Amino acid sequence: MLCDSCRERDAVVHLTTIENNAVHQLHLCERCAAERGVETTVATPKHPLGEFLHEVHQQVASSSHEVVRCTFCNTTMADFRATGRWGCARCYTNFEAGIRELLRRIQGSHRHVGRAYHPPMNETLERSAVLGELRERLRRAIEGEQFELAADLRDRIRVME
Amino acid sequence: MSVDLSLLPDGGMGWLDASGQYADIVLSTRIRLARNVDGYAFTANARDGERLRVLSQVREAVGAVPALTESVMYRLDELPPASRALLHERHLVSKELAGLDAQHPVRTGAAVFLADGLGVMVNEEDHLRLQALRSGFALQDAFAAIDKLDRDLGSRLPYSFHNEFGFLTACPTNVGTGMRGSVLIHLPGLVLTKEIGKVLASLQQMGLTYRGLYGEGSEVVGNFFQISNQTTLGRSEEELLDQLLRVVGHVVEREAEARRVLLRDAGYIIEDKLWRAYGTLRYARSLTFDEAMNYLSGVRLAVGLKLISSLSVYTLNKLLIFSQAAHLAFAEGRALTESETNLARARYVRKALEEEAGSVG
Repeated sequence: MLCDSCRERDAVVHLTTIENNAVHQLHLCERCAAERGVETTVATPKHPLGEFLHEVHQQVASSSHEVVRCTFCNTTMADFRATGRWGCARCYTNFEAGIRELLRRIQGSHRHVGRAYHPPMNETLERSAVLGELRERLRRAIEGEQFELAADLRDRIRVME
Repeated sequence: MSVDLSLLPDGGMGWLDASGQYADIVLSTRIRLARNVDGYAFTANARDGERLRVLSQVREAVGAVPALTESVMYRLDELPPASRALLHERHLVSKELAGLDAQHPVRTGAAVFLADGLGVMVNEEDHLRLQALRSGFALQDAFAAIDKLDRDLGSRLPYSFHNEFGFLTACPTNVGTGMRGSVLIHLPGLVLTKEIGKVLASLQQMGLTYRGLYGEGSEVVGNFFQISNQTTLGRSEEELLDQLLRVVGHVVEREAEARRVLLRDAGYIIEDKLWRAYGTLRYARSLTFDEAMNYLSGVRLAVGLKLISSLSVYTLNKLLIFSQAAHLAFAEGRALTESETNLARARYVRKALEEEAGSVG
């Protein structure tokens, strides 16, 4: 079940509230629950059976490590196992420990010793992204025979260049 | 709309001109780098809109890269299957980018920029697959070209890079340098002397691997092997290429030695076998692709051994490309059934050999 709030992550907290005699059910992920100040830690029960249940709960919680999702693209370990592909660059940070082990196994190393890389400065990128966007709009304007708009866009591109 | 390959310098086949070192044994050298543009999900996981934005960002950067200002761009997602197959058969795009697999239909935003000996595939498994192709055995030359292209593009596009893991890729087998160097090599001597098993086994011990003519997942046909580095992490680009250079150099020597042994110990048997291959190609009326590849392998060996002197390696290289199904359909101007393809192939090969025949013998 997806979180009612962000619609991205699995709901793990099921909140029932009663307002004006109407029952509301709200399913939230951990992050959204925390955001609303909903307490999610399970209180430690006192009697033996309670302790046992608590242990089971903790085991489930630690194996639910398996359903950790990448915060950027929602990929899980299970997705990776099914396809052998990561979903985005952020997966490498989100699953870092597992990936380090995986790389050691399949590549014999987890440390890049090849050439280092520094991404370009933001100004260069922004300018390049804006130019790309303008060119795309120019192409669409020409296709749509909106020649006035095209002329305007062409002037703006010229100025930037 | 169909693809106009005449826009490309040499029709994108400069790498087949047989000009490089050991051209009768080593067909071509290719180096590819896998890169992703930061800020987007990897291709398979990205939405259409994201892939189109990647493409527009790449297109903008490409316009400012000297080696690519004259490049031609093809949008694979706007080409019919026959044209995509043509680009794939020329080894200019991968099967995945061309969307030729039933499981992997062509993706929105799939494109390729092609310049002389250089290519940039966009929205392949990774956002970018840069490649340099050279005729013959030319790893250093190919690396110099691809490294320059990579630096030029990387200063205009933000690549996904991790301090510990290096360049990040969809598949963990490419992460790190993202580099795969591969040499397409013809080893009939080692196959005939049954030495090939040992050679291939030793490749694996040296951290190298081999594939068929079309790269990953393709069968070895016509004794053509693509030898490449297995791992991409833990060693620098130079170390990986050095290893490949040394080992392939050694394989080339073993092949040359095997050919000498064949001529010395089994002269007339080999001569007979190779001339039969030539005879079949010259007169057969129907040829499957595998048959054609195997006989072409024999003729190529005969040319290498100077048993056949009036046939150029270049002609044989061109035959490898033009006797493929999509090229035959293109030449005939219509879709062909399998048996029509085999007839067209035999006709094409016959004609090409006849034209060069003159004084064969």
